[in-house]
Amino acid sequence: MLLEIGIALLKIIVVFALALLTVAYLTYIERKVIGHMQVRMGPMRVGPHGLLQPIADGLKLFMKEDIVPYEAYRFTFYFAPILTLVTALILFAVIPFDKHFAITRLNIGVMYILSIASVGVLGILLAGWASGSKYPILGGLRSAAQMLSYEIFLGFSIIGALMISGSLDLVKIVESQHVWNIVYQPVAFVIYIIAALGEINRVPFDLPEAETELVAGFHTEYSGMKFAYFFLAEYANMIIVCSMATILFLGGWRGPVLPGFVWFLIKLFALIYFFIWVRATFPRYRYDQFMKIGWKIMLPIVLANIVVTGVVMMMVQGG
Amino acid sequence: MNWANLFFDLFAVIVVILSVITITRRNAVHSAIALMMAFVGLAAIYVILGAELLAAIQVLVYAGGVMALMLFVIMSVKSDEQNQVKQTHAQTLIAAFVGVLFVVEIGVTVWMGFLYKNTGALAKSQLAAMGNTEALGTVLFTKFLFPFEVASVLLLAAMVGAIVLAKYKLER
Repeated sequence: MLLEIGIALLKIIVVFALALLTVAYLTYIERKVIGHMQVRMGPMRVGPHGLLQPIADGLKLFMKEDIVPYEAYRFTFYFAPILTLVTALILFAVIPFDKHFAITRLNIGVMYILSIASVGVLGILLAGWASGSKYPILGGLRSAAQMLSYEIFLGFSIIGALMISGSLDLVKIVESQHVWNIVYQPVAFVIYIIAALGEINRVPFDLPEAETELVAGFHTEYSGMKFAYFFLAEYANMIIVCSMATILFLGGWRGPVLPGFVWFLIKLFALIYFFIWVRATFPRYRYDQFMKIGWKIMLPIVLANIVVTGVVMMMVQGG
Repeated sequence: MNWANLFFDLFAVIVVILSVITITRRNAVHSAIALMMAFVGLAAIYVILGAELLAAIQVLVYAGGVMALMLFVIMSVKSDEQNQVKQTHAQTLIAAFVGVLFVVEIGVTVWMGFLYKNTGALAKSQLAAMGNTEALGTVLFTKFLFPFEVASVLLLAAMVGAIVLAKYKLER
């Protein structure tokens, strides 16, 4: 009993420490990659090639004065970033990095991630409202509309892969993929990536924080550690979304020669690199264009994808 | 087994406290936050009772979806006077009636629970063999297909109705 609890605690500590470290260094990777793509050097000052930059950033944010605007609703203003970060971090609990390495194995892993992520939206909504200022509330409302609608496409695009794998258990989904699901579900994969970009508010869909229109959107009034919470949550969500894509479409830890978790990390970071690449390449969409893409193009495609998958599966299996 | 009981009690107490907070706060947003946490606590109880799928749906639909809609409404009518709920005693009679009705309903449900112990659409052993999600899916699409479809059509009608009403007002 005690031993089990000890092992579980150790797993939690390892996963969370690694996750937070990765999240911190993602900011560095992002700045470096985009810097080189734009023929700049990126951060160079702190440490060799700016390697200590994330730590310096963290220290700076930690030491900053804790400002609460006069018009803000104090309790909610503090509550929102905590909610956002917690909902982003507890998603790591079910991600299987290797066949036997996950904090816990749920038989409804996919549902768990979708449901907790849907609560995460509320953090941003509340942050926008609690700031008691105009730009944040506009950003908050925008992000709520955006994340609620893109959650639908995200969920629907997963269904095709789930039908083929026949389980909601993330471990079983990976084990069922003798051929990666992306081979059977290329359309769903593309839609998933687009919906994921919308869901985690990244360029080209970073409308809730569009600098040119909304200053910084829902976190305009936030500074110091509370701002860092939002930042960490955003990058943690990026890792989660990419891990989900790896598990659902790219065969998770499966791969020859190298150990499982190495394959998992290779696939994960390839996807993260792609996300950063997208950020360096595309301009921001206009809000109405963004909604139109979602509801008028992506929704019919994913629905058709589900129907086609079902029909083909019926024919192949002879049911 | 003892641990499960302990956690059940713990979450039950948390949910009750949060529910009380929900109906006693004057600030609508604070009520909403408490309600959201109560929903999550309820989901935890479902997990302890072995209904993982129900727990996930509870969080997805109530703590995620319904709360987002409620917050949308609260934020849209944002002004301090409207967020502060005024208390009156004008509806005491109605409230008492609804309260009594609710207590009776809960009593009947609990009594039925004792009466029809161990009976349901699926036996417990079957459930354990198939897993929660599969069992629910199987029953939903065979035995209860008709009620399921009726419920879907009802929800679709409500959705279409809402869009038509909103559009009608917008276009005028």
